[in-house]
Amino acid sequence: MTPSRLRRVTNVAAWTILLVLIVPSLVAFPVSITSKTYLSLPWEGVSLQHFHNLFSSTEWLSSFGQSFVIAACSSAVATFFGTLAAIGLWRMTGRFTEAIRAFLLLPLMVPPIISAMAFYRWWVPLGLIDSYLGLILAHTILAIPMVVITVSAALANFDLKLEQASRSLGAPLPTTIRRVILPVIRPGILAGAVFAFILSWDEIVVALFISKFDVFTLPRRLWNGMRENTDPTVAAAAVLLICITLVALIAHTLLTRRKAEDAA
Amino acid sequence: MSSAVQTGRFNVYWLLVAPALLLVLVLYAAPILNVLLLSFADPKPGLGNYYKIVESDTVSRLIFTTIRLCLITTIASVTLGYIVAYAMLHAFSTMRQRMMSILLISFWISVLVRSFAWLMLLGHNGLLNNALMAGGIIAEPLPIMRNEFGVLIGMTEYMIPYAILPLLANMQGIDLRVTSASRSLGASNVQTFFRVFLPLTRPGIVAASLLVFISSLGFYVTPAILGGGKVQMIAEYISVQLLVTVRWGTAAMLATLMLVSVLVLMYVLNRFMRLSTVFGGGPR
Repeated sequence: MTPSRLRRVTNVAAWTILLVLIVPSLVAFPVSITSKTYLSLPWEGVSLQHFHNLFSSTEWLSSFGQSFVIAACSSAVATFFGTLAAIGLWRMTGRFTEAIRAFLLLPLMVPPIISAMAFYRWWVPLGLIDSYLGLILAHTILAIPMVVITVSAALANFDLKLEQASRSLGAPLPTTIRRVILPVIRPGILAGAVFAFILSWDEIVVALFISKFDVFTLPRRLWNGMRENTDPTVAAAAVLLICITLVALIAHTLLTRRKAEDAA
Repeated sequence: MSSAVQTGRFNVYWLLVAPALLLVLVLYAAPILNVLLLSFADPKPGLGNYYKIVESDTVSRLIFTTIRLCLITTIASVTLGYIVAYAMLHAFSTMRQRMMSILLISFWISVLVRSFAWLMLLGHNGLLNNALMAGGIIAEPLPIMRNEFGVLIGMTEYMIPYAILPLLANMQGIDLRVTSASRSLGASNVQTFFRVFLPLTRPGIVAASLLVFISSLGFYVTPAILGGGKVQMIAEYISVQLLVTVRWGTAAMLATLMLVSVLVLMYVLNRFMRLSTVFGGGPR
């Protein structure tokens, strides 16, 4: 085979695989606007009835709102603690620094099912089961590694001399952080916040274990919907879930692009 | 605050790490440890739960099924991921960025939505079966989903990006002049690939395989939705033990087993490739 033909074959194969990664997930879009009441492509007519069902259902709406509140809160808290921790780890030297970093990344490495059972068992005596606080705390902990990773990546490009200059000119640490470090690493922090938000927004396994009636997130309702009945309202909800994730990702892309331009 | 600064750099920065550390310690590490200990204590103290690995047919079959499905997923997704990584390595930069953004998007689309998508496409009443039946090509719906094959499709598709990122990171570290050298010395393209390029990517293959295998072990959503109750992996069995039959001992034992395997393999993986490269989402 000539190099160009070999190259072409691998290119076609690669694009096919990449399309399989993304196209099936998009099938929810056409299905959500079918005029039928069962899962089908909208060959015989387009209708927004399933979105109408979705937005007129108090159950779906409350799940949507709950998911949003929980994702926003846990993203904010995780971003705060995760950023502080990343800055601390960045300037710490010592035998334990790498061990502490690995420890803080633990929630990302442990399989979600194990996190879920651990939270479940621990939340019962604390009275946190089926409460906003319980789910926000759990999602915060799961999201901290995301923030630590993105902020650490931003700090890796940070010129240490800036921090030293600020400190040697007499600025106390809180001022140095607020006025010197934070402005420079802001894109990294925002990226961490976005990832933390998506993580909570999509999270299902822990939610299945520690929420029951009062707290019922969007993924949780989607989960029930797709196991019980498969009507296109579930597809419409899936579209909603994907769209919010995509909006967050686009925001992230714009942020990193600006960072790249600043660096140039 | 300024007096704290003067007592030494070490103390001050500890203050920044402490809140997150405490949070993870008290509300994460402690509950996990609690579950691990439970495997030795519930229903009665001892190693009783661990004897079930060999004594109980259900448990041993469960572990075997999980390992088998994870191995198949690993082989399939690393093979497919290798093709994509190879194409990305040789693509022009705009093309590579486009491929990268597809990976990023698929990485972040909820596992729930992706499993549901497969069900809509290939399920019993899915689009493919409906179309084939309407066209009179088949009389009975093809049993693609709600079985092991369906679970494997879902798991492999989900894991391909996890395979691509470490493979690409490894390939980008290879000096491509060695392949040119091989060709100019008379080797064919196929020979160059198998005798020069492939051996150089071995660390990437090992890292990708480990990462995919580790991540597949805990699969819960995909088998639960695409397996239709017929394919049980450890994670789903744990959830049934806890939420339906309320037997913590067995579930805790299986969790311990899974966690120890994950952490040991993670340690091995770390020796092949710095974890930050893997978790950082590509070489940046």
